[in-house]
Amino acid sequence: MKSFGRAMAAGVRCLVALSFCALLMAGCGGGGEETSAPAPKNKKIVVWHWMTDREDAFVELAKKYEELTGVKVSFELYAPSDAYSQKVRAAAQARALPDIFGLLGEKRDFAAFIKAGHIAELTSEMMLDNSQWKNELFDKALAVNEFVKDNPYGVAVGIYGVPIDVMNIQMVYNKNLFKKAGLDPDRPPQTWAEFVDACAKLNAAGIQGLVSGWGEVWMIDCLASNLAFNIMGPEKVFATLRGEVLYSDQDWVQVFSLFKEMAEKKMLASGIVTMVNKNAEQSFANERAAFAFNGSWCVNVYNGMNPGLDYGVMLPPKINPGNAVYIWGGAGSSFLVNDRSPAKREAIAFLKWLTEKEQQEFLAEKTRNMPSNKFAASKISTILGDFARGMNYVTHPNFWPVNELPKVIERFDKGIQSIIIGEKTPVQLGQELAKLKAEEMAKGR
Amino acid sequence: MKINKYVITTAATNSFVHAFLIIVSATCIFPLLWMLGSSLKTQSTVFSDMSLFPSTMQWKNYLVAWTEGGFGVYFLNSVFYTVTVVFGIIMVSSWAAYAFSRMNFPGKNIFFFMFLGAMMIPLPGAFVPLYVLVNNARNFLLNGLAAATPVLLRVLPDAFVYGSVRFIEEQLFPRSAYILCMINVGLSLSIYMLKTFFDKMPKELEDAARIDGCSRMGIWRHVALPLAKPAIAVITIYNALNVWNEYILANLILPSKSLMPLQRGLMVFQGEHVTQYPLLMAGMTITVLPILIIYLAMQRFIIKGITAGAVVG
Amino acid sequence: MAVLADKIKKIYNFFHDAAPKWKAGAVVFLLVALELAFLKFHDSRFIWVTVYGLVTVSLLFVLIANFAKRTFGMFVFILPALAIFATFYIYPFFKVLQLSHNAWDGIAPTMDFIGLGNFKEIMQDKIWWGAMRNAGYITLIALTFQNILALSLAMACDRQIKAKNMYRVIFFIPPVLSEVVVGLIWRWIYDGDYGLLNYALASMGFKDLVHNWLSDPKTALTCVAIIHCWKGFGWGFMILLAGLQTIPKELYEAARVDGANVWQTFKNVTIPLMIPVFVLVAILTILGTMQVFVLILSMTGGGPGYHTEVPVTRILASMQGSSMFGYACAQGITFGFILMLVSFAQIGLSRKLKQA
Repeated sequence: MKSFGRAMAAGVRCLVALSFCALLMAGCGGGGEETSAPAPKNKKIVVWHWMTDREDAFVELAKKYEELTGVKVSFELYAPSDAYSQKVRAAAQARALPDIFGLLGEKRDFAAFIKAGHIAELTSEMMLDNSQWKNELFDKALAVNEFVKDNPYGVAVGIYGVPIDVMNIQMVYNKNLFKKAGLDPDRPPQTWAEFVDACAKLNAAGIQGLVSGWGEVWMIDCLASNLAFNIMGPEKVFATLRGEVLYSDQDWVQVFSLFKEMAEKKMLASGIVTMVNKNAEQSFANERAAFAFNGSWCVNVYNGMNPGLDYGVMLPPKINPGNAVYIWGGAGSSFLVNDRSPAKREAIAFLKWLTEKEQQEFLAEKTRNMPSNKFAASKISTILGDFARGMNYVTHPNFWPVNELPKVIERFDKGIQSIIIGEKTPVQLGQELAKLKAEEMAKGR
Repeated sequence: MKINKYVITTAATNSFVHAFLIIVSATCIFPLLWMLGSSLKTQSTVFSDMSLFPSTMQWKNYLVAWTEGGFGVYFLNSVFYTVTVVFGIIMVSSWAAYAFSRMNFPGKNIFFFMFLGAMMIPLPGAFVPLYVLVNNARNFLLNGLAAATPVLLRVLPDAFVYGSVRFIEEQLFPRSAYILCMINVGLSLSIYMLKTFFDKMPKELEDAARIDGCSRMGIWRHVALPLAKPAIAVITIYNALNVWNEYILANLILPSKSLMPLQRGLMVFQGEHVTQYPLLMAGMTITVLPILIIYLAMQRFIIKGITAGAVVG
Repeated sequence: MAVLADKIKKIYNFFHDAAPKWKAGAVVFLLVALELAFLKFHDSRFIWVTVYGLVTVSLLFVLIANFAKRTFGMFVFILPALAIFATFYIYPFFKVLQLSHNAWDGIAPTMDFIGLGNFKEIMQDKIWWGAMRNAGYITLIALTFQNILALSLAMACDRQIKAKNMYRVIFFIPPVLSEVVVGLIWRWIYDGDYGLLNYALASMGFKDLVHNWLSDPKTALTCVAIIHCWKGFGWGFMILLAGLQTIPKELYEAARVDGANVWQTFKNVTIPLMIPVFVLVAILTILGTMQVFVLILSMTGGGPGYHTEVPVTRILASMQGSSMFGYACAQGITFGFILMLVSFAQIGLSRKLKQA
């Protein structure tokens, strides 16, 4: 028995050693050069995505598509989004991207992928048959994937992605808590003064005001940008981004002061500066705060946490009555086609099918997202319909003619956090940002 | 009188020690209980029902988590990866640590400090070169196989050749690449930990074995390894937990769902926006159990260290 | 062949017998030379040929020296470890080193060589050094608070007491728990309005201490550090316990026979025998703590402001947030260099302690 065990051990040892050697040779031999992946067999499309909650719906659609056309579509989910991002970037370096993939990141990352030749241009496909495909989709959703003339990235003009849903970020308010504080549940505050007033009344009734995931800084960025657009209008914001107007400008200081006001008047839920959005959503769903600043995906979230929650959608309060209100929105998620893929044509055909009315309705119903196809909007819930109405006010950094430098964005958002906790004054932040912006611009040149 | 005093002080110290241990234990057990409790609630009561265990227990959450998360395949994969990686690390690192601790040969110090340095430098961008490396190795292997296929087809049955080529491409290669990567991840730290323990162990038994004519490999296998059981237990637990909870490298290297480890199953419940907390907690309870079992099994060896140490000392 | 082996043996012996300061000098010289070559020949294949050539030549040199000294049988023991290491570490390492000298967004097929530009920028990056200081603070708390807790628990469980096996299992629960659970529980404890901690403080009469712990810059970092210590002490406990159990019981009995009290036994028996394990635990604590980030991202997201940022969250921010891949690699290399200095200083210190 014992000798058998020893023989086994020796065998295992040999096996382990052998496999090491084999792999080492394989590993060393290939290192260094870049070769493209071997061509996949025809009539098979591989899709990489990170959308955990939609995996089931996608797989169902893929089955349907295979029955219809004989083309096999395999959806491969890599989650969470950080891990997905890493995989896509690594695969781009190894030139091993799949036929269809999604991209997480900002417009400059998108541009870099296009410039590296990883993404196919789709305008001609969109324009076929009197631009039939293009007309089916929401303009604002397409705008996210579009590069216009004279874009700052130097990318050739065109549409480079197919939106599969749309979203926007607005404010929601709890009707029950409104009643409790003696406010009219059907008339949410529309101006800043009304908003301040409502929060004061809520506070008096022992209810917290606004909750949001401001620990994830981009949500601060979003609200600050909305307020800035309303106060100074889009042109002046863009001028700031181009470096023609300084952040120490009066209007920007006013934007920062609004956050100071919110903090001082206790209009914000406690701990908001370090709150992750998931916690903020919990807080709102459990009726611990009367307002939330959140994206249209929240309908799905609140529905799961508290099906009985009675809430309404509102635009962010207006400060400057002379200007329009803007919110962020556009395509929620988009799919891109790999320009090097041998199955490029099949991939485009599949995406065309995926954004048709029927499939979009199916996705909207299954995943409670707003569809990117204009004609599929009938199958969504009332509250999502309220969100959809906000699409008229939508803007997004991805369709601005100019974007802020990443370092400045970070300092901007973190600076607002500092204002909320009383570490900095609005004027200080304005000056700090103006200085940083000048430094960064000098570096760029 | 003297004995009495001794008994009293011992009792006093013991009760003090117990009080201390119990307080710390309470803080450790509470999250576990909370996790169990939450796994038995529903999505809408998980944060509103403040009682630790709900009045109506949703035991079916476990069943739903298992089937919806597709835990069957993932579970087997995770067990496979954990066992092979931990076994690999123990073999490779105990060889190396034993050599670093007990032998003298050219290059010893350089290599030891190299491993030590590798343990400390985080490589934030390493996933890109790692992916490129694995991908190139894969292409190289596939090209080699494609070249070898016609030759093999002459001697072997077609089905067997195509079957094994597919097996290598879809199963053997990605799995071994992932396993080797994970061995590399745990290697440096394990070598360092084991060396520390080997250094502490008395050399007398090994000398005796050498005099009895045991080979170096024999001494390592029959003297050093059994003596190092507590340290090996520590390494096993450390690396098992590491592999069991790993998903970033798995996402990067493994090309298909059927190869993924358990953490992939948990991701199903953590959507972009919606997290299904009760199912997630049920899934986490399922994933934590095997680790606690490994720990229970391994910590016996940590106790056994007493007798081993006593015999030697 | 024999002559060559003899030569190599001689060269090896020459290096081997050199004084430590010469050895250290040689290593520094080699590194500087490599870096200079790197800066000079960055865009040609020459640098890669040099790097891999050096690696191969030195491996061959060591191999032949081992043959010559008839120690190849021993060398075989580290060969598998070396092979895996060479495949999966050395290539990524040099690649990251190369990237750290470039301005690169992580996507483009080409990159701009900027020499030491990234490192210069790091030197002036106040936020980075602030993050470093935060990590140092957490590490300090972990080294003292966490390890003292772990050691006292390990010593308590090393005694002959009831239910000690149960405690051993219980103390290992925090390390195996997922960050999701830990984050949820501790957020609930620290919460400003519904938090357990505030509730306890208020009911004990410390009303003025009640506030939101995680969004106050004065307490945020300490709160995160405490969670980290709580999550990590199980490892220290386990390793220290394993170490304590290898101390022969006879030594304790001998000390008791000699009339030593508890403190004297601890000082004269436990500590001297445990120094290597202490160093191991200390280094593991440093490495584990300096690289903590999942917890921080889920608790505070690095905020408020920059008050809980640590180097790893900064590296992630430059890599994903700002697409400065080269800069992130340079940050990683700098960070690793500092970690290495700290750890080696610790090892050196322990050697001194051992001799004293």
